[in-house]
Amino acid sequence: MDMIVKGLIQGLQLLLSGDSEVLEVAILTIRVSGIATAISVLIGIPIGLWLALKDFYGKQAVNSIVNFGMGFPPVVVGLVVSLFLWRYGPLGELSLMYTPLAMVIAQAIIATPIVIGLSFAAIVSLNPKLRWQLISLGATRWQASWLLIKEARLGLMAAVIAGFGRVISEVGASMMVGGNIKGQTRVLTTATVMEVGKGNYDLALAISMILLLIAYSIVVMLTYLQHKGKSE
Amino acid sequence: MMRKFIGVCLLIVTTIFFIGCGNAPSKTETNAGKTIVNKDVILATTTSTQDSGLLDILIPAFERKTGYKIKTIAVGTGQALAMGEKGEADVLLVHAPAAEKKVVDSGAAIHRILVMHNDFIIVGPTNDIAQMKGKSAKDALTAIGKKEAVFVSRGDDSGTDKMEKSLWKLVGIKPSGAWYQEAGSGMGQTLKIADEKQGYTLSDRATYLAQKKNLSSQILVEGDATLLNIYHVMEVNPEKFSKVNNVGAKAFSEFLLSSEGQGLIAGFGKEKFGQPLFFADGGKTEKDFGL
Repeated sequence: MDMIVKGLIQGLQLLLSGDSEVLEVAILTIRVSGIATAISVLIGIPIGLWLALKDFYGKQAVNSIVNFGMGFPPVVVGLVVSLFLWRYGPLGELSLMYTPLAMVIAQAIIATPIVIGLSFAAIVSLNPKLRWQLISLGATRWQASWLLIKEARLGLMAAVIAGFGRVISEVGASMMVGGNIKGQTRVLTTATVMEVGKGNYDLALAISMILLLIAYSIVVMLTYLQHKGKSE
Repeated sequence: MMRKFIGVCLLIVTTIFFIGCGNAPSKTETNAGKTIVNKDVILATTTSTQDSGLLDILIPAFERKTGYKIKTIAVGTGQALAMGEKGEADVLLVHAPAAEKKVVDSGAAIHRILVMHNDFIIVGPTNDIAQMKGKSAKDALTAIGKKEAVFVSRGDDSGTDKMEKSLWKLVGIKPSGAWYQEAGSGMGQTLKIADEKQGYTLSDRATYLAQKKNLSSQILVEGDATLLNIYHVMEVNPEKFSKVNNVGAKAFSEFLLSSEGQGLIAGFGKEKFGQPLFFADGGKTEKDFGL
């Protein structure tokens, strides 16, 4: 218990003292997870919307794949992305292995199915008659879709939050494709694992506290946006 | 209201992208008049060099001096060697002589040079149920096997793991059963597991000293010639793998063996632990250790 309190205090101290190394790691964490989430939202919401509104042969199969993807193990994603990005892998020419971009790719792959699945659920849970009503009132397909997105914004924001929460807390894939390189690809989760390996439990705890603080602040911000939209 | 909300979202996304594009890595940099074409050097090494803190001393000094940027991938020796065999690393700093020789023989690595050594120790609980304190490494392992005392193995094909497996072979015991537990993790973690389970384990001295503050386990066996832990540096063969950065690898290898590098290695840990964690062995070969 004593250790946890100490870790919390040390974490705050590290953050407030502006320790450049910790700050760098924290900023990279936000940057990588933020970009990965943004990409997964840009890809995931349109696909979720399309899946919810379009009927086609094999839709069940696609849905089941998306649902499966929502729980896909990050280490498997890390391994497969590594195999592609290795120097002598199919995409080796791009020399992306052990760069933040590689981590963004892996995390975006992890988050996209979550965003698709939850935005699909958000749209589907709207009254199905709503869309036909909008169209019968003279809305074009695009206008109707747009109004549906607005109507489902609470659920869509939840999709964004869930995707972000998954990637910022992820360690296996980041370790594999990023390599935990000091000053380049070290993020808060991989730094925690490394400090535990070194036996610096207090420092590991302090870093974890910073991670929690950042994750919480961002989720608070997103939740605020979510409800601000609602109170309109 | 809705428009404002979307506006804020867009702003966040663009800000994130903007931050993301902040520092594009430059591939070229001039240093003391000569141009380094590819400044990224991938070093595959063992967790013990990272967990002991040695690399935090060596790498910044090397980077300042040469302008190269080292990308350290700290994994077990087994994985580090595998990265070398696939041409995915440029330079290797590892500690498993027999396995290293195989990699050199296969042509994947060249210029294998002895850099430093420290020693392995056998660590165990204070009650020492196998009563092996002060015994030779062979006798100690025999006692653990006979008594079926809990022994925690790294089980991760690292240099330490390879050493431990070869010791079991040496004493003719095939460790198995509930007393022999494979952690599948790095040295720091394995020491902690052994400590929690009141078991024995084989560790390198550097990691043990770095971890000591969290452990109640003690050093029971040390100073045995069979427990030498020798580190070699190797360059991945550029003739076999055209994409490796051999110039950078060579520079790192030369730095480790330079008087500056050797001095940093020899001095490391003295202040913090009261004893050096590594012994600089530039210019020596395995023959000097009777191997």
